[in-house]
Amino acid sequence: MGRYVIRRLLQMVPVFIGTTFLIFVMVYAIGDPIAAMFGDRTPDPATAAAIRESLHLNDPLWSQYLQYMAGIFQGDFGTSFNGTPVVELMGNAFPNTIQLTLVAFAIELVVGLTLGVIAGLRRGRLVDTGVLIFTLLVISIPTFVTGYVLQYFIGVKLGWAAPAVSIDVTLDQLLLPGIVLAGVSLAYVSRLTRTSIAENLRSDYIRTATAKGLPRRRVVTVHLMRNSLIPVVTFLGTDIGGLMAGAVVTERIFNIQGVGYQLYQGILRQNSPTVVGFVTILVVVFLAANLLVDLLYAVLDPRIRYA
Amino acid sequence: MTTISKPADVPAQRDQGKSSGTLLEVRDLHVEFHTRDGVVKAVNGVNYSVSAGETLAVLGESGSGKSVTAQAIMGILDMPPAKIPQGEILFRGQDMLKMSGEQRRKIRGAKIAMIFQDALSSLNPVLSVGYQLGEMFRVHQGLSKKAAKAKSVELMDRVKIPAASKRVDDYPHQFSGGMRQRIMIAMALALEPDLIIADEPTTALDVTVQAQVMDLLADLQREFNMGLILITHDLGVVADVADKIAVMYAGRIVEHAPVHELYKNPAHPYTRGLLDSIPRLDQKGQELYAIKGLPPNLLNTPPGCAFNPRCPKAQDVCRTEVPPLHTVADGRGSACHFWEETING
Amino acid sequence: MPDTETSVHTQAPVDAADVVSVELKTDKPRSLWGDAWRDLRRNPIFYISAVLILFLVVISLWPSLLTSTSPYACDITKSKQGPAAGHPFGFNTQGCDVYARTVYGARASVVVGVCTTLLAAVFGCLMGGLAGFFGGWWDSILSRVGDIFFGIPILLGGIVFLSVIKGGSIFTVVLLMAILGWPQIARIARGSVITAKQQDYVQAARALGASTSRMLLRHITPNALAPVIVVATIALGTYVSLEATLSFLGVGLKPPTVSWGIDISTAATDVRNAPHMLLYPAGALSITVLAFIMLGDAVRDALDPKLR
Repeated sequence: MGRYVIRRLLQMVPVFIGTTFLIFVMVYAIGDPIAAMFGDRTPDPATAAAIRESLHLNDPLWSQYLQYMAGIFQGDFGTSFNGTPVVELMGNAFPNTIQLTLVAFAIELVVGLTLGVIAGLRRGRLVDTGVLIFTLLVISIPTFVTGYVLQYFIGVKLGWAAPAVSIDVTLDQLLLPGIVLAGVSLAYVSRLTRTSIAENLRSDYIRTATAKGLPRRRVVTVHLMRNSLIPVVTFLGTDIGGLMAGAVVTERIFNIQGVGYQLYQGILRQNSPTVVGFVTILVVVFLAANLLVDLLYAVLDPRIRYA
Repeated sequence: MTTISKPADVPAQRDQGKSSGTLLEVRDLHVEFHTRDGVVKAVNGVNYSVSAGETLAVLGESGSGKSVTAQAIMGILDMPPAKIPQGEILFRGQDMLKMSGEQRRKIRGAKIAMIFQDALSSLNPVLSVGYQLGEMFRVHQGLSKKAAKAKSVELMDRVKIPAASKRVDDYPHQFSGGMRQRIMIAMALALEPDLIIADEPTTALDVTVQAQVMDLLADLQREFNMGLILITHDLGVVADVADKIAVMYAGRIVEHAPVHELYKNPAHPYTRGLLDSIPRLDQKGQELYAIKGLPPNLLNTPPGCAFNPRCPKAQDVCRTEVPPLHTVADGRGSACHFWEETING
Repeated sequence: MPDTETSVHTQAPVDAADVVSVELKTDKPRSLWGDAWRDLRRNPIFYISAVLILFLVVISLWPSLLTSTSPYACDITKSKQGPAAGHPFGFNTQGCDVYARTVYGARASVVVGVCTTLLAAVFGCLMGGLAGFFGGWWDSILSRVGDIFFGIPILLGGIVFLSVIKGGSIFTVVLLMAILGWPQIARIARGSVITAKQQDYVQAARALGASTSRMLLRHITPNALAPVIVVATIALGTYVSLEATLSFLGVGLKPPTVSWGIDISTAATDVRNAPHMLLYPAGALSITVLAFIMLGDAVRDALDPKLR
């Protein structure tokens, strides 16, 4: 187990460096941060040069990257072009997004697993077909369409939920955005669970468990679930990053001042430190979630633990 | 003594069996599978019985219905697609097919246990063997986790797994094939059932290990005076351990007999073919006999006797009429129109 | 003892023709692909999605078949008006015909979806195949490179990259999505190549001295391809959805390209008083994604015998 964890951590290092460098290159090398700072105005060459110097933009790219990463490890994500430290922006934005993501994740987990388990156990029956059609529709309708439609009908027409989220985010306001954000992932979780349950249900060890005279409930909860959930856990882990990225769309629809909002503003204003900082954090979250999944995997499946 | 198999039209003798220790009696069992391609009739009127301490070997190729019959007895067929339109499965005189699901569950594992062919896939990969063994005691006897574990170690000792107390927390993939099959046997033995159904218990094992596992099974059967239904396609395994044999072909019993009589003098051409295709030392150098053709096909089973296209003795009547199970001798039957000629050579 | 000649057949009259083995179903040997094709032809979902996709491809090639109105012929005086004669879907904010724009919008979605999938699949198969086939260092390095790209969610990477290069052409959107999308295919391809490589008949071919290229072409590719096709078909649907999302966020396709994502974005602000402007492009987009995902589902069901 210990060796497995260490191997995973070591594998993550080059991936972390590669991914952050890739983003760094995209923003700093391909884009022009100085031009972005001044927007449509043409900057005075002397001023531009001075700014370049102060931001180390004349150093080679790898040196800039190293300086940036060194800063990150000291908790310094640089300063946004309008003078606010990026860390401060993060402090305001992340709590909102994390709450939204958690709400969405909880919905995805509970609803997705329930639907998947029911459909998997009743494969080929009416419930199963219902779940399949429902998930097919949810996957097919893009999030921003569902977002506006639900906001319009549930939020505005019926008034069942808040159509927009106020500055002081409360949990009940996040319910509707959470559903919208969870939608597609929820559908994937149900389908994956369904497939996995249905496949494992036919396995030899389930036949053995039945032949042992175990009650059906025990066969399902003890023997079937644990095996069937292994692939689902993998998906759930990798999906945390996906949810946080998807928050960009949801936050825009429901006007939530979170990571997506800041990222979007940063992109519109070409505020490179903000963009790189936020994306870096998201990537770290994504990688951490993947690592967590690998560890969970080992906990769930002894064949990996003792490999 | 009980007869193992008789035609559905002679019910008179049956009740004698019950009183003389018959554990299990299958009567005119039919099983069909409702698939997209149509109804597959996998078992077509099987009759057999087992008493305490007795070993019945059920012999047949894959698709002959021998495993399906066993699963019907255990009550682990998936229904649907499987369906039992006809027949009775009497356990100690009571028809299990008429019992409630809960009644049947309590019999499974506790009174009738099953050993499967592939222990690796038949054991849950993510639970320790100790847990899986202990589950029997916890569910059926309500023992605590700790007591169940102690019992598991005892069981593993009993099936001669070395260092049982150390290995009780190991997972199935950490054991060798033979050891895993011993764990399957331990699991079946856990509650000292009356009857064990072993479905090809040694097929997946190395030959040397096969003999050890078979010996262990036979010893334990004697010790607990259990009934044993041994399902196999391997005639070599059968000779040493079985008391009587039922040969299945295309969902029917084509011949049943006490083991020595069947070996000495088969009364069905299919049985004869099976016996002739066993390599023998005294026939070294000669070409080995093989039954020609393939097992009957789902979409195209021959009319009449299902074996007729492969049968060296087939006549016109075999292609039109299904042979009934003729009584050859006491406790002996053959479903062949020409059983007399077959038995005489 | 009953005599064979005179015995009365009293057994239950079971028609022997129905006594069949469960394992053997037909006489003919069947291949994975033949089987899959037979299965597909029985699946109504396959026909529905195939007809839809055919229809989408036709109208993206010749949109004028369905409408004679230009998507650019706008009359600002008709802004946000509902359906009228010759304009069944009404008008959008700029007074353009929503029907024409919905029809013309198919092209961007189909082209982006198909091109991205092809690009990602070809590159992904190549990388995954090499990693799986050669193993060792190849595998370590290629898998890590894949992880790097996989570490950036496509939507996030798309937002960052496309906003920086101020892109907006179909080419840049396709390229970006393929660059971030290939690892998904590569992982599948790697896994199935490794599985195929371990098959006994492939080992046998190797033992008989088959050349590397022959092994890859004759033995491994045909068997490793099935899961890739399944994943790629489903991915196609998600790429279409992603393009629309990027365009909706204002970083994907840009006018004058007609894209459902752009139209939905501009219609969104007026969803309360003129929902038709949003509903039609949104419906068209959803049906398109649905068609591809249904096709992927049908293909998977056909190619994955485990779940039959």
